[in-house]
Amino acid sequence: MYLSELTALSGVSGNERAVRNFIKEKAAPYADAVEIDSMGNLLVFQKGTGNSGKTLMLCAHMDEVGLIVSRITEEGFLKFKTVGGIDPRVLVSKRVCVGEVGLSGVIGRKAIHLLSKEERKKAPEIKNLYVDIGAKDKEEAESKVSIGDYITFNSAYVPFGGGLVKAKAVDNRAGCAVLLDVMQEPCSWDRVYAFTVQEETGLRGARLCARRVKPDMALVLEATTCSDLPETDKHMMSTRLGGGAAISFTDGTTSYNRKLVQRLYQLAEENHIPVQYKQTATGGNDAGIIHVSAGGILTAAISVPARYIHSPVSVISLVDYEAVKKLTKVWMQEVSHAELVTDFM
Amino acid sequence: MQNLLQTLCDIKAPSGCESALADFISEELRPYADEIYRDALGNLIVHKKGPGKKLMFCAHMDELGVVATCYGEKGQIYVAALGGVVPHRILYKRVRFMNGTEGVIVPDGDENDVLKNIKMGKLYVDIGARDEKTAKAMVAIGESAVFVGDYVDQGDVIISKALDDRAGCYALMRGLMEAKQNAQDVYAVFTVSEELGLRGAKAVGVSISPDYAVALDVTRTGDTASGPKMSTALGKGAAIKIMDSSLITHPIVKERLKALCEKRNILWQPEVLERGGTDAGAVHLTGGGVPSGCISIPTRNIHSPGEMVDKHDLENVVALVTALIEEGM
Amino acid sequence: MKEKLLKLAGADGISGFEFSMENHIRELLSPYCETIEADGMGNIIGTIPGSDPDGRSVMLEAHIDGIGLMVSKVHEDGFLSFVPVGGVDSVILPGAEVTVWDKEPLYGVIGAKPPHLQTGGQEEATAISDMVIDIGLSGENAKDKVSVGDMVCFREKPCALMGEVLSGKSFDDRAGLISLLVCLEELKGKTLPFTIHIVAAVQEEVGLRGAAMVSERLMPSCAFVVDVCHGDTPDGGSESIFKLGSGAVVSFGPNIHPYLSSLAKQVAKEDDISVSFDADGGDTGTDAWAVQVAGSGIPVLLLSIPLRYMHTTVETLHYDDVVSVGKLLAAMLLKLDWEALLCTFQN
Repeated sequence: MYLSELTALSGVSGNERAVRNFIKEKAAPYADAVEIDSMGNLLVFQKGTGNSGKTLMLCAHMDEVGLIVSRITEEGFLKFKTVGGIDPRVLVSKRVCVGEVGLSGVIGRKAIHLLSKEERKKAPEIKNLYVDIGAKDKEEAESKVSIGDYITFNSAYVPFGGGLVKAKAVDNRAGCAVLLDVMQEPCSWDRVYAFTVQEETGLRGARLCARRVKPDMALVLEATTCSDLPETDKHMMSTRLGGGAAISFTDGTTSYNRKLVQRLYQLAEENHIPVQYKQTATGGNDAGIIHVSAGGILTAAISVPARYIHSPVSVISLVDYEAVKKLTKVWMQEVSHAELVTDFM
Repeated sequence: MQNLLQTLCDIKAPSGCESALADFISEELRPYADEIYRDALGNLIVHKKGPGKKLMFCAHMDELGVVATCYGEKGQIYVAALGGVVPHRILYKRVRFMNGTEGVIVPDGDENDVLKNIKMGKLYVDIGARDEKTAKAMVAIGESAVFVGDYVDQGDVIISKALDDRAGCYALMRGLMEAKQNAQDVYAVFTVSEELGLRGAKAVGVSISPDYAVALDVTRTGDTASGPKMSTALGKGAAIKIMDSSLITHPIVKERLKALCEKRNILWQPEVLERGGTDAGAVHLTGGGVPSGCISIPTRNIHSPGEMVDKHDLENVVALVTALIEEGM
Repeated sequence: MKEKLLKLAGADGISGFEFSMENHIRELLSPYCETIEADGMGNIIGTIPGSDPDGRSVMLEAHIDGIGLMVSKVHEDGFLSFVPVGGVDSVILPGAEVTVWDKEPLYGVIGAKPPHLQTGGQEEATAISDMVIDIGLSGENAKDKVSVGDMVCFREKPCALMGEVLSGKSFDDRAGLISLLVCLEELKGKTLPFTIHIVAAVQEEVGLRGAAMVSERLMPSCAFVVDVCHGDTPDGGSESIFKLGSGAVVSFGPNIHPYLSSLAKQVAKEDDISVSFDADGGDTGTDAWAVQVAGSGIPVLLLSIPLRYMHTTVETLHYDDVVSVGKLLAAMLLKLDWEALLCTFQN
């Protein structure tokens, strides 16, 4: 499992190079061909064992949410903007890495003593936050940092509790890790592993992959929100940690094929793989753009639940990770005859 | 023929569950088509072969609804919205699940508290189940439901749920049935998941790659006490869309539709809709750009179980669709 | 060129109604282009063929539509209700003078109900539904001369302020097109191996529509989009705000191909062209966003001209910035390294 290596890499949307290179290297032994397109999507092609002429696209996005340097102040502080959906309330007092070299920085805000009563109650605004790299002035900062440099959270991979893991970027290095784990499994159909860029900026990379590959079916591997905190109404919990692989039936971008969803769920149960539905209908993933591309593609999504997603301390359960991996493998066995697609229509 | 509209309106087809409606439409249109098929998303494509350019019509099959997401211990069914469901409009409305189970949308807590900040998470469907186990046996997670709204034929108007966009499906079906010939290569597409963001249309725009596209959909009217300041009104004829948030009608399409109305004495009115979109909005952006437009059916109370259209408007829309099929763009 | 800009910025052509500008645009492009064609949607494409055996091409794009209004209802008493086309700030409307275009242009003014009759309180901005266009005609005459769906344009003649500062209604993004012409002027007499497509795109203000269509059809090997960004004002703050006259603004971020932004930086330094840098975390809100994911994907760079009071009738810019963008673009085209561009993500 490559989860600890993958989460350690910096790969904010638009700057997925380190992740792409890592995956490219690990996938090489299993690849019949590799392509990288004009946005940096990585496609790994693998011939199937059968001759149905059908293609399954397995998709995981490589990018993570983060920040980008937008201005350097006269005093040498870095003003930034968010890349992807980040709640500004998780940013204050966090360590970050800036630019290609991973320069250390901290996100600061004036001390609580200096905040007015009103300011203490209010969520901080991005425009009032900054990264401090310890530069003495603009000139010194500019010798190390440029506008457009990407910033990632500095947060280690930490196993803790009962089979849990804390890391940054589990959304969606978890999906990438699953794909690397299942590559050696046999499958009758041809497979294309699409490691996509810029999911977090609006499902940008996956649309190019879907058009390029035009698969007969697509499976998206993701990390999804998990809100199983105390005193949450049960029906407001999207998923539960340790509850198994999360299958989406509808979300903000896709209304998944009902027969396909039911078949996946049933397969999990038959194979004693822990499984749950993602209960809330919000959010979205690359399936949203894939299923409407290239004239329409039958698409499903399986996710690893992640607490505190899009923060430096996302938490997942290895039980769920294993469940997603197993269900993906089972699905690849299921994908064996050419008529499978019509079964769902 | 009014029975056709009633049948269309009565079939349950919330976004993502359009297959029963597609079955019905394809049976009815079989005698009039050269080819009928469905794509991976469930869009129903009815092809009537003809010479020259590809002229595509779109009417969406899906209607608003809700989908079961979770059970409560007391047998509650919690639901999420499918399409532009507005929580404050649906309290105490009846819904009907695909398997026939019916329920009522009720507040999850004190009614007055819920009304203060109403959202889907503060409502649930009461199907009369005593506990979670019974509820599970009656409705599965992921099962969808539509709102209940009887079809009524009253004077000049029809009142029903799902006239958005069964009225459009009806007009397109009638057009195909009544056209004596077709001047161009006609694709009549009955799309899925329009209410979720024109999703079906995005796919067919690419797979069919038409030369021209015309959507058939409902539009708002300015003739009620609460309506927007727009000229469109019930009874003033087929509405030719000039603009909405998804599309500025291409001049070729706009002028052609007007000319056909003048030639065939079809009553029409212009339509400028400030907010809203149709399948044409998605199709016209595909394949390097498709000149597109929309023929609208003026409709009151859109996205409620009591949508209302004028029968004469609908007949004018049918006549315009027929004319366009027969004479081409 | 400055006169061309003033004339172009004053032309009437809101989103979806750019067809009326076709001849004007053709005239501007014809000195530079071998062929000029208008596609079915109104996009105008001027082409300078190159000799590149690989058939590589570059798209230089600016949008030509402006914001405006559209008639939504002709009232019995001759007043017109209207809806915005594009992101119109309703605050600029009361008291604005407009042209209503049907068969012939009609003069009109925008009036609002007196404050005590408006739906909102006096503290609130006037709602568009509380405004009308007054064309001074009786109901009968109005219905005869005006149709629902007619285009309504602001009447504002562009003018010069102090120095090189200009003010007018549609510098967003007609100034971008003039920058492209400056670029072509710079390239005169030089031969480039690749084909250049100059694209005057439609319907940007209603959702980047023209660019999405035209780039999918042309599928250039890379693209440069020129648009406007926010200029400095006393009330605008300092994030992503640029001083008028400070030169071209080069964008960085996920929307932008990293080789192209770094090339801009390098070329600006080498050729001593004044530039500033900006970064966006995602959507730049310009045609570049649509171009990047068109077809099988197009590497794109966004260059911007600082502009004050965007989407008003007094958009204000510094002419030198228009020139800087054109010069930077020309210098970049001369130094474009295809190998580096195509290999960006390979290792």
